[in-house]
Amino acid sequence: MATVTLLETIGLSKNFEGLQAVDDVELVIPAGEIRAVIGPNGAGKTTLVSLVSGRLKPTQGSIRFKGEDITGLRAWDRVGRGIVYTFQVTSIYANLSCYENVALAVQRRMMGGLRDRLVLAEERVTKGIELALSRVGLADEMHRQAGELPYGHQRLLEVSMGLALEPELLILDEPTQGLALEEISGFCDLIRAISKRATVLLIEHNMSVVLELAELITVMDKGMVIAEGTPSEIERDPVVQRAYLGTDAAA
Amino acid sequence: MSLGPHLFLALLEGTVTALVLALTALGLSLVFGVMRIVNIAHGEFFMLGAVLAWWFGSLVGGSALVGFLVALIAGPLVVGAIAVASDWLILRRIDYDPESTIVATIGLLYIIQQIVLTFYGGDAKSVEAPIYFRVSFPWFGYSGYKLIVAGMSALLLIGTWIVISRTQMGLYMRATQQDEEMAQAYGVPVRRVYALVFGFGAALAAAAGVLVVPMQQAHYLMGLDPLLLSFIVVIIGGLGNLRGTLVAAFVIGITDGVISVFFSPTLAKILATLLVALVLVIRPGGLFGDEEA
Amino acid sequence: MSRRISGKVLVIHLGIIALLLVAQFFLSPYHHINVARIMIFAAFALGYNVLLGYTGLLSLGHAMFFAAGVYGAGLPVFYLQFNALEAFATGVVSSFLLGVTFGLIVIRTSGVSFLIVTLMFAQAAFLTTLYFNEITLGDQGIVISQVLPPLEVGGAVLEFSDPDVKYNAALLLFGITFLVCIAIVYSPIGRVFVAIRENEARTRMLGYNTYKYKLVSLVISATISGAAGAMYALLFSYIGSTFASIEYSIFPLLWTLVGGMGTLIGPVLGTGLMFYLVDIASGLTESHLIVVGIVLVVLVLYFPKGLMGTIREKWLPWLP
Repeated sequence: MATVTLLETIGLSKNFEGLQAVDDVELVIPAGEIRAVIGPNGAGKTTLVSLVSGRLKPTQGSIRFKGEDITGLRAWDRVGRGIVYTFQVTSIYANLSCYENVALAVQRRMMGGLRDRLVLAEERVTKGIELALSRVGLADEMHRQAGELPYGHQRLLEVSMGLALEPELLILDEPTQGLALEEISGFCDLIRAISKRATVLLIEHNMSVVLELAELITVMDKGMVIAEGTPSEIERDPVVQRAYLGTDAAA
Repeated sequence: MSLGPHLFLALLEGTVTALVLALTALGLSLVFGVMRIVNIAHGEFFMLGAVLAWWFGSLVGGSALVGFLVALIAGPLVVGAIAVASDWLILRRIDYDPESTIVATIGLLYIIQQIVLTFYGGDAKSVEAPIYFRVSFPWFGYSGYKLIVAGMSALLLIGTWIVISRTQMGLYMRATQQDEEMAQAYGVPVRRVYALVFGFGAALAAAAGVLVVPMQQAHYLMGLDPLLLSFIVVIIGGLGNLRGTLVAAFVIGITDGVISVFFSPTLAKILATLLVALVLVIRPGGLFGDEEA
Repeated sequence: MSRRISGKVLVIHLGIIALLLVAQFFLSPYHHINVARIMIFAAFALGYNVLLGYTGLLSLGHAMFFAAGVYGAGLPVFYLQFNALEAFATGVVSSFLLGVTFGLIVIRTSGVSFLIVTLMFAQAAFLTTLYFNEITLGDQGIVISQVLPPLEVGGAVLEFSDPDVKYNAALLLFGITFLVCIAIVYSPIGRVFVAIRENEARTRMLGYNTYKYKLVSLVISATISGAAGAMYALLFSYIGSTFASIEYSIFPLLWTLVGGMGTLIGPVLGTGLMFYLVDIASGLTESHLIVVGIVLVVLVLYFPKGLMGTIREKWLPWLP
């Protein structure tokens, strides 16, 4: 099981008008793993996961998911295949209820043919919503307007929308940013629970979260992968310390 | 007439159209560039200019030249003032929200149009050209006034250029266009810049209206055509791109002149409209604009 | 906020249709004919609102869809002696096809670009009706009452000059449109429309091809607008290029905004209100369209959510 490769990028590069944001990245993520990608600001982490999720088109290279080339697939089709991205800046439907927010994710996988697009048994949708919200502990907030939730709960709602899509690869872009300390430990438990069913690709600044959760850490700098290894290896790696930990280790 | 002189006439007509169009479209483009709003009432400012030209002409009486000169100065000022007032009374209060602004300026369009209908009437009225002479070419005579219109438009365009590139106000405008928040942080009075730009854009349209009215009659519904043509120009030139606007005005004006001389003017408009709509679909930023807009 | 249509929602909306059904026996001839017109325009506004209110796309070109219905129904009657049913069908199909073609071209533009492109295509359509003057009789238009044969339905002969036929045909169109719109709003597709309105980028990352959904919304909106146009041509027996003019693009926007976009009852209420407001104003002054201008400005300044939008926000949050 551990040897099945879920995601693989081959020579993946992205150039923004001369700026090489992602440079020849070769990333291999086995199914079931929690992988963290770290690096200083501007290292190209968000660009990398944007390429994987399909929000951006690569300048060069290809992406394989479960053995298939998905480089040409649009973002929404990748969601259908099981690649789910949760935004760095909380991106929920602030004017809609939590119910409706999650409903959009739940009904996505139920809408197969034309008939399902026109009529869906609402009980099935509701069941999915209750499940997704309770997994993040927001079941009681179901009918509140999403924009009224405190910030930490909005992040949880975002994750719950991601879970409702039943991802095989869940990409979390700085999920703990802006959370209070006591919220963070709860979040770590949540991610560990998620990883029992899905592979998690985590971009994170908070080193204690990374060291606690990740099985393998990929370190990026200036668009390139400069190191990869277990948390203890990365902690000791001199290259990493120079590029990253040395300046930013306090976190 | 053979093909050569025909083509020459078409180019001549096209150049006059292009210069007037450039003036009108520049106003729209400035407003879009600096304020990021689409002013649907822009054509009505053009119409107001034309109607005011008639009004000043009949008010002054006597020499058509005096009436024309008064109108050329007072018309844009009055229209500019109306625009500034609308900015303060309406646009500022809705915080220049793009979609609300569109609805509000549609409202403004009707208000201006219907007020003109009430006080000016539904008939088209003509204004005597301030100067009458004909330039004779070997094949045909050409209205001297049209050439003066072209010259005056060119002067106003150059004037606008100087305002934008050489004055404090122009600097403020460019700064606001680049980055509103940054401009505000550096002490640019953004609100006042908005009001002035809106007024200035309207004044340019009004000036074009004053210039045009001896060649075509003043009518309360005459604003739609210049609005749509300006849209075409501004889109091809790139929304908010002033140099592009000028280039596009020439492309459109001369093409329109040539097609109208050889085919039906209505067909010319249909084709131009469809073509431009397609341009916008393929390159949302316009032909000369940035890729993203 | 669950998506099952609740009893009270159904009662209110069916109640409106029932009210209109009963009202015809009490209305004076003048209001009788007005309400018939209002119901057709309300259907137009409902169609417009699918795109603006529920999907968040502001169009300034819906006159072309309305006119596609008008001409699509009217011309075959005039030239090919179609009966009313056939003509209505061709009208609806015309607007559907126009919607698909236009949609495929413009659906990738958004915001201000979308609005300008709709305005310009509609203007091209308007000019086209003038350009083919020999067929459309351009400005003058065509009166089709002499050529439109009465319709026989199950032994009954329906004369379109009969006010009762006009009223009930208009009511039929309105009722069906109203129910279709309710169904859309409560359907999974309707939910995606709203999601696009609220946050298109997020919706894409939830796995929805938003372009496809916007296209569907546009086509639904265009087809309903065209159905209203076709019905208008048949009942009021006039086809002319006025229906393609910019006025008929702005009216549905106005009606929808007055009533409250993104509400179902709003466009209906807005249409009725504005119809009578303009009607009263035209009795007072030649410049009656100033009412349109003032209402638009007042709306954006003080009631950006419109009548029903405000009512829903304050008192009836469960309204669709």
